[in-house]
Amino acid sequence: MKRVYDTLRSVAESILAAIIGLVVAGLILKAWGYSPISAYIALFEASFKDLYGFSGALANATPLILTALTFAVAARAGLFNIGAEGQMYLGALAAVAASLFRLPPVLHLLVALAFAGAAGALWALVPSGLRATRGVSEVISTIMFNWISRFLAFWLVANVLVDPYRAEKTITVLPPSRFPTLVRGTDLSYAIFLAVAVALLVYFLLRYTVTGYEMRAAGANPDAARYGGVRSAKVIVLVFLLGGITAGLAGATQSLGRPPSYAVFSGLPKISNLGFDGIGVAMIGRNHPLGIIFAAIFYGGLQSGARVMQLFAGIPLEMVRMVQGVIVLALALPELLRIFRGFRRRRVELGGER
Amino acid sequence: MTLDHFWSILFLSLHAMVPITLTAAGEVVGERAGLFNIGLEGILLLSAFTGALGAEAGGWPLGLLVGIGTGAVVGLFFGLINAYWKGNQLITGVGINLFALGFVAFGLRALGTPAFHDVPRDVRLPAIQTPVGGLSPIVFLALVMPFAIHWFLNRTRAGLWVRAVGENPEAADVAGVPVELVRLLATTFGAALAGLAGAYMSISWMGAVTKEMAAGRGFIALATVVFSGLRPILTLAGGFIFGFFDSLATWIANIPGVKEAIPWQFVSMIPYIVTLLVVTGVIGRVRFPKALGVPYRRE
Repeated sequence: MKRVYDTLRSVAESILAAIIGLVVAGLILKAWGYSPISAYIALFEASFKDLYGFSGALANATPLILTALTFAVAARAGLFNIGAEGQMYLGALAAVAASLFRLPPVLHLLVALAFAGAAGALWALVPSGLRATRGVSEVISTIMFNWISRFLAFWLVANVLVDPYRAEKTITVLPPSRFPTLVRGTDLSYAIFLAVAVALLVYFLLRYTVTGYEMRAAGANPDAARYGGVRSAKVIVLVFLLGGITAGLAGATQSLGRPPSYAVFSGLPKISNLGFDGIGVAMIGRNHPLGIIFAAIFYGGLQSGARVMQLFAGIPLEMVRMVQGVIVLALALPELLRIFRGFRRRRVELGGER
Repeated sequence: MTLDHFWSILFLSLHAMVPITLTAAGEVVGERAGLFNIGLEGILLLSAFTGALGAEAGGWPLGLLVGIGTGAVVGLFFGLINAYWKGNQLITGVGINLFALGFVAFGLRALGTPAFHDVPRDVRLPAIQTPVGGLSPIVFLALVMPFAIHWFLNRTRAGLWVRAVGENPEAADVAGVPVELVRLLATTFGAALAGLAGAYMSISWMGAVTKEMAAGRGFIALATVVFSGLRPILTLAGGFIFGFFDSLATWIANIPGVKEAIPWQFVSMIPYIVTLLVVTGVIGRVRFPKALGVPYRRE
């Protein structure tokens, strides 16, 4: 009974936060001289009314599910890993690098994905080691690694993987290593199944395995977990490696499964911020793998709807990140639902964070 | 290495030091009071944008004021959520960063300058002309501010309150210190300084607004706070180290022979690598306030 109640409560909080986010961003749109209501109608009609629009939402959700998992797995273990962004860049490029040689179909895709996962995990290794051995805050180390990775990615695009005929992009990924397109005429590919499968796998891992139990224990009560024989250094490294793999795969879904380009462009225009947006998605999904799938579709829908909105109403599509920021701010409040009961604050703590 | 080079690197470093030192010195006050704000990056970006708009509307004095005001408003919000409503400080900070990223990108595109918004020369903060080049007046402010904060924290009653609510909020509460209010004001002050730093970047130092202009400086400032061990005067040293490597990177990238030998992308990594090394080096020797990051609830 308690579990059902907690779940309902989390869902209600997320929905309320989403409404607050839309309203606040709507007020900003209004202040800027746009009409928020017609903007939102255009936005939601564009992404949730027909199969074509919904495919766009799912295509956007694909990488966000995976980068959100990076954050969520760490958060469940009590860590604040914001390194998905940089790991995702290198995953996207490692997947492109697999096209430097030829392999049969399917096998080529698997090899490219393995490259991407390995690249992401490798990039997560140093911050996790610094945290596990020296106690360096992962908030600082992962952000620094994001910037280092960004410049490394610029260099790789311009020098190592560059298209000999077009200097502004990498080589195009070979067809055998691409995800087939799922809905013709849209940019939705079979990569969405990879993202959902990974989310289910992470759910299973967290809930039904000893390793997952140790991760959650380390997050819920580090002292008790240590007393119970959980080695925190091991948990930290595992959580970061797992997060690195999912972030790397997120990048791969973009270079291998996002028609029409199948390449990474200089300045990383198409993949920038997928890691940071994933943090917001993880929070809206309450760091739960299944919640994340729904949150990613919601946010992916906002993104694809915003593109249409920009086209027809002239409202910059970046407003959706503003909406997300406000949603996250609303979710930072521990007792958001209390708004309905006149802002009475509870004095007694029922577990949870100190 | 001639004398000219020395002066040019020194001036570049001082200018690059300002946003780090101002932001870090302000954050020292907030962290001493027990609040940990990872939204500084977003505040820098937001106030760089609003500061530029203010300057274009009413000259640089208004620009600086709008920048400070933007930081203060965000800080007030951060303080309300965390000091009064016992929110999660890390999540609030992430929310601020995401909002800033969206708001500034939205605003730049709405103004019709999505990639690069130039601040007209006549509304920028005028530089002080010296025999070896121009120097922003904010540089002097940044050099003095850490000393002022040191004096405030260690020599005034209000400073004692700030330290008390961060170290032992229960005792402070018993002694009659309004814990929540002190925390709110401390973090608002810190955010206002970050706002000044943001406005400095757009209307004095760079003379432009871009989506990526904060470039991790908010987080480098957090690293500087760790490096300083929460002693405000040491944020000068920390800020200067990062300012030096930041400008060294710009400088190296423009030397004819070096430009071809080392790709600029690797030179640009230097400040971030240095930040990591410095934080790794000092960690373990730093002592943080006991109640840092912990919401205070009266029993």
